Amino acid sequence: MNTPIVRIYVLVLLLFTTLVYFTSKWTVFDADELEANQKNRRPLIEEQQIPRGSITTADGVLVAESLPEGGGRNPVYVRRYPEGALFGNPVGYSFVEAERSGIELSENDLLIGEENEFASIIDQIRDEQPAGANITLTLDAEAQQIATQGLQSAVTDPETPGGALVAIEPATGAVRAMASVPGFDPNAVRNQDTFRELQRDDSSPLLNRATQGVYPPGSTMKVVTAAAALDSGEFDPTTVLNADSPKEISGVPLQNSGGQSFGDIDMTTALTNSVNTYWAQVGEQLGADTMVEYMKRFGFYSVPELDYPSSQMEESGVYSTDGLVEEDFDVGRVAIGQGGAEGQLLASATQMAEVAAAVANDGTLMKPTFLQSAKDPDGRTIEELDPDEQSEVISEESAAQLTEMMTNVTREGTAAGLSVDGVEFAGKTGTAEIDVAAGINQPWFLAFAPSEDPQIAVAATIERCTGCFGGEVAGPIATQVMESLIDGG
Amino acid sequence: MSARNRELLALVPVAVLVTAGFAAVFITRSNEVTDLSLTYGGYFLALCVAAHIFLRIRLPHADPYLFPLCALLAAIGLVVIYRIDDGLAFDQASVFVLGLVLFCVTIVALRDYHVLERYRYLIATAGILLLIGPFITRNETNGAYLSVDLGPISFQPAELAKICIVIFLASYLAEKREMLSVAARRVVGLTIPPLKHFGPLLVVWGAAMLMLVFIRDLGSSLMFFGAFLALLYVATRRFSYVLVGLAMFALGAYVLGTQIPHVHERFDIWLDPFAPNGPAGAGQIQQSLFAQADGGLFGQGLGESLLKLPGPFAPDCQQPFPECGSILPAPHTDFIFAVITMELGLFGACGVILIYALIAARGFKTAVMAPDGFSKLLAAGLTAIFALQAFVIIGGVTKVIPLTGVTLPFVSFGGSSVVANMILLALLLLVSDRARRPRPDRASELGELGR
Repeated sequence: MNTPIVRIYVLVLLLFTTLVYFTSKWTVFDADELEANQKNRRPLIEEQQIPRGSITTADGVLVAESLPEGGGRNPVYVRRYPEGALFGNPVGYSFVEAERSGIELSENDLLIGEENEFASIIDQIRDEQPAGANITLTLDAEAQQIATQGLQSAVTDPETPGGALVAIEPATGAVRAMASVPGFDPNAVRNQDTFRELQRDDSSPLLNRATQGVYPPGSTMKVVTAAAALDSGEFDPTTVLNADSPKEISGVPLQNSGGQSFGDIDMTTALTNSVNTYWAQVGEQLGADTMVEYMKRFGFYSVPELDYPSSQMEESGVYSTDGLVEEDFDVGRVAIGQGGAEGQLLASATQMAEVAAAVANDGTLMKPTFLQSAKDPDGRTIEELDPDEQSEVISEESAAQLTEMMTNVTREGTAAGLSVDGVEFAGKTGTAEIDVAAGINQPWFLAFAPSEDPQIAVAATIERCTGCFGGEVAGPIATQVMESLIDGG
Repeated sequence: MSARNRELLALVPVAVLVTAGFAAVFITRSNEVTDLSLTYGGYFLALCVAAHIFLRIRLPHADPYLFPLCALLAAIGLVVIYRIDDGLAFDQASVFVLGLVLFCVTIVALRDYHVLERYRYLIATAGILLLIGPFITRNETNGAYLSVDLGPISFQPAELAKICIVIFLASYLAEKREMLSVAARRVVGLTIPPLKHFGPLLVVWGAAMLMLVFIRDLGSSLMFFGAFLALLYVATRRFSYVLVGLAMFALGAYVLGTQIPHVHERFDIWLDPFAPNGPAGAGQIQQSLFAQADGGLFGQGLGESLLKLPGPFAPDCQQPFPECGSILPAPHTDFIFAVITMELGLFGACGVILIYALIAARGFKTAVMAPDGFSKLLAAGLTAIFALQAFVIIGGVTKVIPLTGVTLPFVSFGGSSVVANMILLALLLLVSDRARRPRPDRASELGELGR
């Protein structure tokens, strides 16, 4: 009778081995999949029990904090946004009821104190409650306030859906202001009815127009065209072309603003007066390949390399009805920020601010970022802004030439009416015609200041603005923001 | 070293585990548990020492590792239950007192456990009555009839019934095994034993299956039937019987699965727990898998993982935690293995499985060493049903087989389970003591039995 007993024992061991196999499947091999399973509420609940780190602006204004709710032995922490709508975009929200968006989403790991396995074991031994890191943003509350108010006063017209402004520190990539109007109060999102209303609202307040809104950049695109022209070596600031109006571009006549003919002019004059026919010819001579290459160096054709959810960023570039195209488009009209039936140039305010920042930073584009620093609950700095180069767009020499040309725009050109604390600054206006008959335009202003040793670069735009011009509507908002961000401002 | 000294030494890890476990839970959850609750561990250790002293006097030759291994399981169970709710840990420690009393009573009363053979039909009847008890009192839990309410105590009779059935089978097969092994005739290569001797077995099997149809408990059914086949195989050494038995079980399970909605649903959930629009009951196994995924290699640590739903996530509860308000259903009974995995990780879970494997090893070794047929069959049957019970519930929790509500022996919270398994352990130790008794004594006994 002993042999069968031994055999049964072997069978029992086999059965137990399958138990070990399945347990290791759930705990190790399939664990990630199970944790990501939609029906798994554990990660969500566990996160709610962690006091989420606070968010503060560079100038010390508290933007988001977590307060215990429910009390007792098992509190959960709920987000509060003391500044309300001012930072609805880009900071976003984090609620169980509405999930997450914006910086709350992109910096989630830091805010909940997500650590590697080793660090969490150490914490367990030290019996430390997990807690999120407190983060300081590069954003400046005062500049944000000025930008938001400026945009709000520009979009009073009921036909005008909104506007956006982005300000970047050229040398570091630090985003100092990002405003999107109309905004929303993140505290209100927690109410699911309000959240649904906001989602359905025709004015799309939840949309971050600074990163998600792409519009025809109009003449501000001439900065990109000029950068390509100078850096490719095919042009210099004194290159003369005939700039009469109209000029045949891709077989279709193109007008200058007001139908004005300029005769033979050099590049500096063409930028100062934003002469369409000159820049369209430059675009045609450079060709689509060169234009696309430089656009890519500036960051077009991919979402900004910003620490922000990619679902909330849109690519800038030439859009056909099938999406982005890199060839077979009207390069002359793309060079002046418009386009044709084959493809329409669209750009976000973030992208255009990156263009200004790259020129301002001697032709080198720094990766844009929101994160100034992150400190763990004990006050130890765990992350700090470390400027990171995204691409070398143009040479230092080309950047200097372009800066001089853009400074001339604010001295005697289309932006001559604007000033920044009396310092010389570089700028470019833009007014893309959306509906010529109704007089609906997309005004833009792109600038950096001061021209000598720039501290801040800005792009501002207003969506579908009736009878608006870039220099008059977008310009003053941009200069006010720059004033507040330049030393001592 | 004598057997009992080895046993005492083997109890040291139990003491260390209880002390460390209670301390760990107390430190992490000091704001939720009372200072007094720390003494429950001491209470449990005192019981272990008492049991050890009793064994020293009554069964000095019994296997030295069986009791410490079971105590180790009980210690793990107690620590985990303490982590779930300190009040439950007190109840569980108290149940061990009752279990210990019955353990001692069994050992004293059945000094010569061969008397059980005389009452085998009575015991079989008792076992079947125990099984149908919940059906008679119409006490339904999750679609199955599992327990009888005796005043404040809920009693799961299937736990005791399993011992009764094993005793009957062991006794019957020990007597009839010669007859059963002799082929009456052969049909298509299969040996068909004389129906006369097989009759009573089939009656018991049929009755058990029929009862299981009524009480709808697939897990117990699997356990009983597995033990039945194991004993049949040990007694007759005929693998063909096992094959026929398995075919019969597969048929039975198929019929059960298609005819009884409760069982059918369990199968569907097992095949695809994440099916969209699947049965509502799928939530249990989903939560079990999510909890295990949270455990990882080393676990979250005792008391560190998410069990009690916090603040706004908690449902409105009529019953106290953990019956209600736990993210993992029944964390102290059916899903205690998932709690162990979640807090102690894959390593802790494998440790528990290893302890069951070691207990099975000692149990089967006892069967091998046992001097006579009945003792061998009794020890093998008890060990097999014990190991199968562990497999059925761990397998259910880890989705190896459909989930059914049986307890994890010695670990799960619950009076009937602890009491029944203490009696099972007592019987195993009785057989073991007889088997390991020094030779002269044993020789006389063998003569006495006329073997």
